[in-house]
Amino acid sequence: MINLTIDRRPVSVEPGTTILEAARQNGIRIPTLCYLKEINQIGACRMCLVEVEGARGLQTACTVPCTEGMVVRTNTPTVREARKLVLELLLSDHNIECPTCLRASNCELMQLAHDHGVSQIPLQGAHHEAHLDVGSGAIAVDSSKCVLCQRCVAVCREVQGVSAISVTGRGFESRVSPFFDVSLSEAACALCGQCTLVCPTGALTEFDETEAVWRALLDPNKHVVVQTAPAIRVSIGEPFGLPPGSVSTGQMVAGLRRLGFDQVFDTVFSADLTIMEEATELIQRLQSGGPLPLITSCSPGWIKYAEHFFPGVLENLSSCKSPQQMFGALAKTYYAEKSGIDPANIVVVSIMPCTAKKYEANRPEMNSSGYQDVDYVLTTRELARMFRQAGIHLPDLPEEEFDSPLGIGTGAGTIFGTTGGVMEAALRTAAAWLEPDSPSPKIEFQEVRGIPFQVREATVSLNGTSLNVAVANGLAAAGWLMEQVSTGQKDYHFIEIMGCPGGCIGGGGQPIPARGPEALDEVRLARIASLYTIDERMTLRRSHENPAIQQLYAEYLEKPGSERAHQLLHTHYHARVPAGVRRR
Amino acid sequence: MTTVHTPERIRSLADLEAVRALRAGDIALRHAEAVNLAEAPEVQILVCSGTGCQSNKSMSTVEALQAAVEEHGLTDRVKVVPVGCFGFCRVGPVVVIHPGQTFYCEVRPQHAPYIIRDHVLGGKPVQALLYAPNPREKQRIEKMMDQPFYKGQHRTALRNCGLINPECIEEAIAGDRYFALAKAVLEMTPAQVIDELKRSGLRGRGGGGFPTGRKWELAAAVEGDTKYVLCNADEGDPGAFMDRSILEGDPHAILEAMAIAGYAIGAQHGYIYVRAEYPVAVHRLEIAIQQARERGLLGERIFGTDFSFDIDIRLGAGAFVCGEETALIASIEGQRGLPRPRPPYPAQKGLWGKPTLNNNVETYANVPYIVLYGAEAFRSVGTHDSPGTKVFAVAGNVMNTGLVEVPMGTTLRDIVYGMGGGIPKGRPFKAAQTGGPSGGCIPAHMLDIPMDFESLTAAGSMMGSGGLIVMDDLSCMVDVARFYLQFTQDESCGKCPPCRIGTKRMLEILDRIVEGEGTMEDLDELERLAQGIKSTALCGLGQTAPNPVLSTLRYFREEYEAHVRDKHCPAGRCKALTVFRIDQELCKACNLCARNCPVDAISGEVRKPETFVIDPELCIKCGNCAVVCKFNAVVH
Repeated sequence: MINLTIDRRPVSVEPGTTILEAARQNGIRIPTLCYLKEINQIGACRMCLVEVEGARGLQTACTVPCTEGMVVRTNTPTVREARKLVLELLLSDHNIECPTCLRASNCELMQLAHDHGVSQIPLQGAHHEAHLDVGSGAIAVDSSKCVLCQRCVAVCREVQGVSAISVTGRGFESRVSPFFDVSLSEAACALCGQCTLVCPTGALTEFDETEAVWRALLDPNKHVVVQTAPAIRVSIGEPFGLPPGSVSTGQMVAGLRRLGFDQVFDTVFSADLTIMEEATELIQRLQSGGPLPLITSCSPGWIKYAEHFFPGVLENLSSCKSPQQMFGALAKTYYAEKSGIDPANIVVVSIMPCTAKKYEANRPEMNSSGYQDVDYVLTTRELARMFRQAGIHLPDLPEEEFDSPLGIGTGAGTIFGTTGGVMEAALRTAAAWLEPDSPSPKIEFQEVRGIPFQVREATVSLNGTSLNVAVANGLAAAGWLMEQVSTGQKDYHFIEIMGCPGGCIGGGGQPIPARGPEALDEVRLARIASLYTIDERMTLRRSHENPAIQQLYAEYLEKPGSERAHQLLHTHYHARVPAGVRRR
Repeated sequence: MTTVHTPERIRSLADLEAVRALRAGDIALRHAEAVNLAEAPEVQILVCSGTGCQSNKSMSTVEALQAAVEEHGLTDRVKVVPVGCFGFCRVGPVVVIHPGQTFYCEVRPQHAPYIIRDHVLGGKPVQALLYAPNPREKQRIEKMMDQPFYKGQHRTALRNCGLINPECIEEAIAGDRYFALAKAVLEMTPAQVIDELKRSGLRGRGGGGFPTGRKWELAAAVEGDTKYVLCNADEGDPGAFMDRSILEGDPHAILEAMAIAGYAIGAQHGYIYVRAEYPVAVHRLEIAIQQARERGLLGERIFGTDFSFDIDIRLGAGAFVCGEETALIASIEGQRGLPRPRPPYPAQKGLWGKPTLNNNVETYANVPYIVLYGAEAFRSVGTHDSPGTKVFAVAGNVMNTGLVEVPMGTTLRDIVYGMGGGIPKGRPFKAAQTGGPSGGCIPAHMLDIPMDFESLTAAGSMMGSGGLIVMDDLSCMVDVARFYLQFTQDESCGKCPPCRIGTKRMLEILDRIVEGEGTMEDLDELERLAQGIKSTALCGLGQTAPNPVLSTLRYFREEYEAHVRDKHCPAGRCKALTVFRIDQELCKACNLCARNCPVDAISGEVRKPETFVIDPELCIKCGNCAVVCKFNAVVH
């Protein structure tokens, strides 16, 4: 252990610990803007400056490792003045439209300015040239609010392995942007939105579509239905002060009805449907010899990433649409017929934990109903804002049930929201199908339950057939796994990939933790645990047991993999060459 | 020229001495006493091929001289040799003829026949091309070392510049190159090399002044199989070209010193990070590396020992910040050239995470001398805390612009009025800016300041890499500070807010002041920002960026106040604060001002005093009239 003194108190830490972490371990929170533990420790923002006895000038606590006998002071007039000056400078080049900023409620810059007593902005002067980019329709970039902390750059590179953005330009005109300053829509960006989770200000946000949804809700001629992804029910409570992972399914449904949605449905329903189609596809590919491995296709960020970087695996992707898109296609066909509503008047809104889902809904091929299958996608954060605008405080609401039939789901569909969940749901149904005589078919496949950032591998035996499976979450891990597969170093039958760390519960559209990005790890784990708890408590835990799904096939689709199912529920992919990427 | 057989690969000290012996005569000739050239058995005509003279077409002069030599059938007796920079750039292209070191100025191709005919054949120097200390007087100085420009100099780092052909390794060896390396690897342990360096007191010449021996010791102490030696040749201070001249004039000095460093710290590979804007230096380094490899002075088993070392070149793309060592390392790695906080220091974690030693060109250029002749010899010049010499790039309002190498502790007065020849037109000295954009201004009352690390720092400036810009009374110190701040603002990498935004805010305040819109509060704010940036910026560049402002505020505050309070620029540089008029008592009505006014703003009747006036509506405040007036009658 290393012994040092921080603010006159003796402290012991493991060798290699930075001053910043040592202080945190001992209850002193040194302010930061650019720091992300192990991902971005670059000393850029100058907020964590501290005095170290004997050192020349102030030191950045995030980069300096503790040494034996070190004497650190984190709260001196010099330190406070230094931090205040840095904040004044940042604010002097900041687009101060704070009341109208999407991040007004949790802006780290605003909080720091407040904490450090920056009571006025004494410095006036030119601002760097603002670059605005909403071309992707998923992520909004506003460089006028950027503080160049580079957290987004680090997350895109280190966590997602994409490197779609970097710092370009020089000096005062430095900015974060894709190569050649193209729009994110043309860049190698997967639109996963992980950058929006770590941006301290409103420079990177979801592309807000709440106004469009309000307009649809107010239109008397429109029948507006909403679907909610599995991951929303374990995160929507957070913006209303509930602990991370709190299950708010019933209140969320109640809230959505109060917003004016005509029907409140559940993406868990179409997740179950996805299992029917995808398990059928897997069995077919196993029987007809491929192409294997079969790779899941529920995560639109992952799909876009594969289209950019791994065109060779596109034929391995399941042809199944994602649950969101299956829902949209059925809402405007099956549901429209069943309820006697002209599909032209049906508006499908999705509540998703994901910014890439906005992009997915707008893909030109997503119109098998004859209309755009999904009209609007709102992230969890946008839904929370709509609730607030409507005066809805979620914890105050009673619990209500989803509408039928598109609101009926199983535990298997629910765990779609976590890494490993799609795999487990598919194995549950495959086990039942392949071992029809088993007295106690296996339900829980602990061996495939994902862990954030890790690739898991397992061999599952189903009626004598050994299935080699793998689960990856986060695009860096996905990229690594695809390299293994492409170069033949690994041999799998079935792979689940989710584009964000931890799966959809860690999606780029999810609420930003109250304690900021440093809390992301524990928040992800809490949300995952809650999804499994919901699953455990359900009676129906296998997708094929879903009565609404059985009815759907009986009344409309005939059987999994049928011609109509293919027309409505399956899709195809295109290799893309983003700006600035050269094919090997 | 006869080809002599020398050992292809140099495997021992004896091999090296054999090569030196072959060319020792050339070097001796270039130090030989004057004789009548007509009777000299051998004559060598040295032509500067540094960037400055080359851009004045000195290579055409080389060709013309060679053609004249051939025309007169003198090829056996007369040799034309392109050499590195002589330093006296103002009078280039420079040609020096040995024996006798006759120094010719501004030699064009058309002068070549006269030099050969009159001097080489006729034994009489060409008077018109000799150096004239005062162009209006007849006095000419023939010998290089008799010129005031060279008299006070002491050349250690530049010792081979202007002496050897930098593209010829044999001449470099004759100029003692690689003997220090031989001594180090054959006779000394790495610890002894470092000890010699520490005792020499050599300090980093790139700006920081960190003790070089200590730096080497740190890098040597870190465990590691792979270490790197870097040479920072990303010279970027405006007007500075010390490193360029060394690389162009004596590239083997750097290769030798880096190899010594590799031996001392246990590294096998080195990189020279040099600006792509230095094509001549890059070309000569490429040749030098190639020749050193062919001769076995770089590569495997140097001098037959177990020590192996090789060097590659990496080109910088023009960002000033890449001269900062952590940014330089990032740039070599192929990353965006951004500085990172230290610790960890490059000695611990440098290039590709490996222990790395980085020194600047001029620092390396001193190393072979110290190893070869010992710490005491090196310490015999300079001051106690700043031993050795320093090269300065003298520029600005001074007669003799160019490179001078002087003992540390030489006074500013000696440089400006001795070697520099004083201020043109007898104008008064106002200040000297040292240390480049990170430095500061030294006022006239400190002309006797010894130029060493401590004295310059105490004066609020710094040694920096050796830029020295002399300013006369027509220079506005607010404008000077603004120029440097504009430079750092342009070259800020953008990583940290104090440098990225802070220098911008300071610049905006200075802009306001020179436009006549400044307030006294602005001066306080300027000072607050400057102090704040100093203590919060990430790297050395940001931390020192406010220095030009702080030092001018310290010594020339009244000038700032004149701008702010009186809305007047005392030097007449800031257009918004200057009104030119003609002092009728001094005006002799010579009409010179009117003839030189580019916009015909001056009118008056020739030889009729009290008729000349400047129309303020038409005047563009270029100041031409004030410059041309012989009676100082144009005032502002």
